[in-house]
Amino acid sequence: MRNRKRLMENVIYGIFLILGLITVGCVFLITVYLVISGIPAIRKIGILRFLLGKEWASTADQPQYGILPFILTSVYGTAGAIFIGVPIGFMTAVYLSKIAGPKVKSAIETAVSLLAGIPSVVYGLVGMMVLVPGIRIAFRIPDGASLFAAIIVLAIMILPSIIKVSLTALEAVPKEYEDASLALGATPVETYFRVSVPAAKSGIAAAVVLGVGRAIGEAMAVMMVAGNAPNMPGIFQSVRFLTTAVASEMSYAADGSLQKQALFSIALVLFLFIMMINAVLNFFLKHSKEN
Amino acid sequence: MRRQSISFKRKTYIAVMRALMGISVGITCALVVFLIGYVLWKGIPNLSWELLATKPSYLSGRIGILPDILNTVYIVAATLALVLPLGVGAAIYLTEYAKNRKLVNMIEYAAETLSGIPSIIYGLVGMLFFCQFFGMKTSLLAGALTLVVMNLPTVMRTTQESLKTVPTSYREGAFGLGAGKWRVIRTVVFPGCIDGIITGCILSVGRILGESAALLFTAGFAHALHGIFEGLDSAGATLTVALYVYAKENGEFGIAFAIAAILMFLTVVINLSATLAGRYFQRKTRGVQETSA
Repeated sequence: MRNRKRLMENVIYGIFLILGLITVGCVFLITVYLVISGIPAIRKIGILRFLLGKEWASTADQPQYGILPFILTSVYGTAGAIFIGVPIGFMTAVYLSKIAGPKVKSAIETAVSLLAGIPSVVYGLVGMMVLVPGIRIAFRIPDGASLFAAIIVLAIMILPSIIKVSLTALEAVPKEYEDASLALGATPVETYFRVSVPAAKSGIAAAVVLGVGRAIGEAMAVMMVAGNAPNMPGIFQSVRFLTTAVASEMSYAADGSLQKQALFSIALVLFLFIMMINAVLNFFLKHSKEN
Repeated sequence: MRRQSISFKRKTYIAVMRALMGISVGITCALVVFLIGYVLWKGIPNLSWELLATKPSYLSGRIGILPDILNTVYIVAATLALVLPLGVGAAIYLTEYAKNRKLVNMIEYAAETLSGIPSIIYGLVGMLFFCQFFGMKTSLLAGALTLVVMNLPTVMRTTQESLKTVPTSYREGAFGLGAGKWRVIRTVVFPGCIDGIITGCILSVGRILGESAALLFTAGFAHALHGIFEGLDSAGATLTVALYVYAKENGEFGIAFAIAAILMFLTVVINLSATLAGRYFQRKTRGVQETSA
């Protein structure tokens, strides 16, 4: 009787152990799959010609597989989104954590989490119907689907993450710091920006890095507003990101062709970017927890 | 006593900072109002009973989104049915069983990594693994399995949070009465994590409704009408994927906006229920902590 009970306990322990290890298994599997399917094309094309080639023409007679335009577009697009989104998100977070009354705060917080919940295709649709024609008319260019449109859509999409993470960091600043600053004669606004913000700086850095991750990984919204031509990036050029490069040709690339293999290699490059960003994010999050 | 006034430079600094904060908050709020208002304004006139309750017909040239609605329901149901046991089990392992600090760190790091991976990569690996390696082809089931992996960290995290609020004294009491580990988990720990499971459910549903990149290559974009089991076995578009296809490939913007309006409505409902559930559970745990203290 007792033996049977102990056996059952052990079996149940085993089941829970397996369930616990599933996440590790998934990460392992994703990594292995991406590496295995991404390596062959890189070897065939040559790593330098793949990463630094300026021309992508996968369906031409003499196919060219250079993904430098995609890499640069992803980098510029993300940088632009951060440049616009972070100041707005950061300032909103400071306002919410320090100035807004409880009712205003909870109303705006609800609005922000709504912004986070809107599906990316809806952003893409509104961008396609409002932003793209708007840019075409405002800047008198033939087509508004451009890097600029993608940057604005991405900036809006990363706003909620930036606001939420900076808000958490700002609210964790000990009240004594602010009291001390106020007692020394600083005005409230000076205290917020010269005492609270520096004290929360690793949390805010984490918010920025999280925004970078979101922006670089977004596919559908960008696909709908960026124009999708494999050009080298220019602010009003029709461009293709790493994510959209994978998505736009995947449905018609023939199985086993070099084109399809090259798409997997692009995904591998994107994955490596994301893993780097994750490592940096973890560093900042750990730092802000220790503080 | 005359209050000493601050220098002009400091006054300007304060005024500028205040103005910047005002502008930022204004932009954020205006964006939310504009997005919701615009989508509803463009979408609601296109909504009709015919659109919601029929399937697309080439004969009459009309478009109906009933298959997409059903596909969404199927995929949500299948994903939740699989992700809940896995995520809750993993959370119970972490909080109740795991003693090895290194292993716990590794699992938590893996969960964080999973939540950082963009959905297009999930879509790609899902296609390689479920559709090709397991031979499921493009089907709702392959899509649901991909979404299970995506939502695992969410369910795990919310369950873990709620398990932390179950007082240790409850477990000790049960052990003291001679219950075995499994019995304690079943009768004491599990009821305590119901709120975490519900929160995890709500968040996952929101994420599944909004997902498109991961489903494009795993679940496909067919609009055929099926029952649930037949449906899981065949390709189908969820509402978000249908929106993308109608807007980008077919240029049917009226339909796209109608779907966007439905999605917007669902987003609001899900956000509200998440907030309400959060508030309710907070009050409940506070009550528990007071009585156990």
